[in-house]
Amino acid sequence: MNIFMQTLTRDLKMALRNPSSFLNPLLFFVIAISLFPLAISPEAHTLSNIAPGIIWVTCMLAVLLSLNALFHYDYDNGVLEQMVISHHPLPLLLLAKTTAHWLLTGLPIVLLSPLLGAALFLDSESIGVLMLTLLLATPSLSLIGAIGASLIVGIKNSGMLLSLLILPLYIPILIFASSAVSQARFGLPISAQLYFLASILILSLMGSPFVSALALKTSLE
Amino acid sequence: MSELIVSELGCQRGYNNLFSNLSFSLTAGDILRISGANGSGKTSLLKILAGLSSTESDSVVYNQNPAGSSEYQEDIFYLGHLPALSPELCCRENLSYLSHLQGDNSDDKVGNALIAIGLKGYEYEYAANLSAGQKRRVVLASLFINKAPIWLLDEPFTALDSDGIATLEEQINKHSERGGICILTTHQDCNLSNMRTLSL
Repeated sequence: MNIFMQTLTRDLKMALRNPSSFLNPLLFFVIAISLFPLAISPEAHTLSNIAPGIIWVTCMLAVLLSLNALFHYDYDNGVLEQMVISHHPLPLLLLAKTTAHWLLTGLPIVLLSPLLGAALFLDSESIGVLMLTLLLATPSLSLIGAIGASLIVGIKNSGMLLSLLILPLYIPILIFASSAVSQARFGLPISAQLYFLASILILSLMGSPFVSALALKTSLE
Repeated sequence: MSELIVSELGCQRGYNNLFSNLSFSLTAGDILRISGANGSGKTSLLKILAGLSSTESDSVVYNQNPAGSSEYQEDIFYLGHLPALSPELCCRENLSYLSHLQGDNSDDKVGNALIAIGLKGYEYEYAANLSAGQKRRVVLASLFINKAPIWLLDEPFTALDSDGIATLEEQINKHSERGGICILTTHQDCNLSNMRTLSL
């Protein structure tokens, strides 16, 4: 097995043995969304109007919540140090860790979204688009988040700093994704938004591992 | 002849100049003990040698490869203050992943290394349930697997009992006989042949 798969399976194994680490953000995602009908209005028309925005904002906050832990534990116990000095390319190792993060955060959110979309009275076609935008954009959230997480590694109580660093970079994704779902509800074309989300994904996939590796080396010095 | 050359190395932490113009060279079989008071820069020096902290290019070179290059990183084994173990993984999984990071490995070697370091019966114990000394032993077990010619050990004797210390000393002496280089920091007296001391 190559080092990418080794790192990926190691991270998944660790998460499954300590499930609260990845269940917390998912629980937040479900609870926050299910509170909106109680606070705003249980009426179908209102809810389906605001559903794309609610689901996307909550998804973003849930991912943000999970990012602190991405490198934190490995930094604390010294494994990150061994990754940095390893002769394996650090970007590859970080890409493996980011992939594990997406499998544990982004993918469950994609899978939960039809249920929550239905609860907010989205029609089936919009739910399809919602899932598509989440599938296209949650990997970007993990990849861009990895840059922020590697910059703040080693800083205590850095949650606030992470939000300040990362949220501005998330804004384009939020705008394109939620507008795609909103427009799909009225039968308008959404290919432009999807292309933008796809190009952001490719850009972050190409750049993020290298930028995170540089940031991590600087943080560990 | 492979030689580790350190030339005109300096290190600054905050406003403190820890050391400057440090030059030495080590050849096959050499063991170097770095001594100095707390805060004199022993760990910083080892981190530079491990390629963790950046330096002026060419101030640390082994076989023409500067520190930080992937050829150089392949030739070193670094053990820092931290245990480098994940509490959710068992000894075997931890050691197996560490040795994958440090080079190639096989499952047989991992099992044998754990037995050699005196952790027989603890192979499937979670690292969270180990004592400080046992954690140290798991990481030191990589020394039985690793083929890197340069060992950089930061306080390797900490938390070890007298048996553990003897095993480790024997392992370092063997490494030196095989033509390896070992650089270590310690405040304890140790029984190593071929040892030189560098005071910071």
